[in-house]
Amino acid sequence: MSLKGFHIVFITFSTLLAFGCGIWCLQLVQATGAAGYTVGAICSFFAALGLVVYGFWFYRKMKRLGIFT
Amino acid sequence: MDIPYTTTARPDTGLWNAKIGIWLFLASEVMLFGGLFSAYVFLRLDALPGYWPHGLLNVPVGTMNTAILIGSSVTVVLAWAALKMRQFNRYKIYMGITILCGIIFLAVKLAYEWPDKFQHFGAYIRQDRLEKYEEYLGNHHMLERGLEPRVEITGHLHNHDALHDPNIHEYEVQLDQVNAAPTDPASDRPHFWPLPKSQKIAVIEKADVEHAEMFVPKHNTFFATYFTITGLHGLHVLGGVIVFTYFWLPIGANLYKRNPEHLANRVEVAGLFWHFVDLVWIFVFPLFYLL
Repeated sequence: MSLKGFHIVFITFSTLLAFGCGIWCLQLVQATGAAGYTVGAICSFFAALGLVVYGFWFYRKMKRLGIFT
Repeated sequence: MDIPYTTTARPDTGLWNAKIGIWLFLASEVMLFGGLFSAYVFLRLDALPGYWPHGLLNVPVGTMNTAILIGSSVTVVLAWAALKMRQFNRYKIYMGITILCGIIFLAVKLAYEWPDKFQHFGAYIRQDRLEKYEEYLGNHHMLERGLEPRVEITGHLHNHDALHDPNIHEYEVQLDQVNAAPTDPASDRPHFWPLPKSQKIAVIEKADVEHAEMFVPKHNTFFATYFTITGLHGLHVLGGVIVFTYFWLPIGANLYKRNPEHLANRVEVAGLFWHFVDLVWIFVFPLFYLL
């Protein structure tokens, strides 16, 4: 597997982590009602979304530049 | 003497040699970290109720370090892409940012997170003396709520000599919030957002203590696995930073002038290693900080 392929795998796992953090924060919001965890959940979901957008951008860029190794 | 297959594929494998080499190396690394993660899982599953701590690590700082490592993976791949496009100046910038990210990660770990733990104290109370410290443990309240009992009192140790001096018979501990107000519903769950220490001081007799120590690896299995895995991971980060710095220095520029594809392949191999190290952290962070 090339660095490009491994990078996409890594971004996929990072996205799952960010999404999981969001779920974890939501569970804590339900249990404690603390506002800090609500902010954490929102940030985590935005981070997950940002990583998905970045992943697609990266794939298209590599394809456009013809970097396949 | 020329080393063969540094830029061209070897006919029998279809790959240049360093790529085969790094994947074999990463396979051995998977086994190394896989074994450690397995040990963590079994130690945790086998822990007695109340003996596996939660919420002792600084989640905001851990989150920041996670973001730094993810960012460094982005910049290392951009550095490699810049080399493939023969944009050396851009490569230098991206690689410089990657090195900086690695250094910041290590600095946070070694100058803040670990020392912060080394200054924290915990005393496991003997099972037959738990009742005596009910005002700090709140186990009646925990039992009513159906939660795991508390067996440890944590905080800042005021008399450090007590750790080594057998003539001192008690520990004076400035309590963490969870032990200062153990029946407060806010203490039912671990505090993942760090709270300041309370002003409450508890005196714990040594005779009532099963085991007491600063938060060092021998304190409990949680910290033993935490320091082992994050320490080994930190060594890998350090190794990556050293290799990237080597490529970033003039030696990389000289190689680029001689054979740019060779430098690009070297950066790709180092980048694969870096991604693996970052991927390990993607598992370390939720296991130790969140769950």
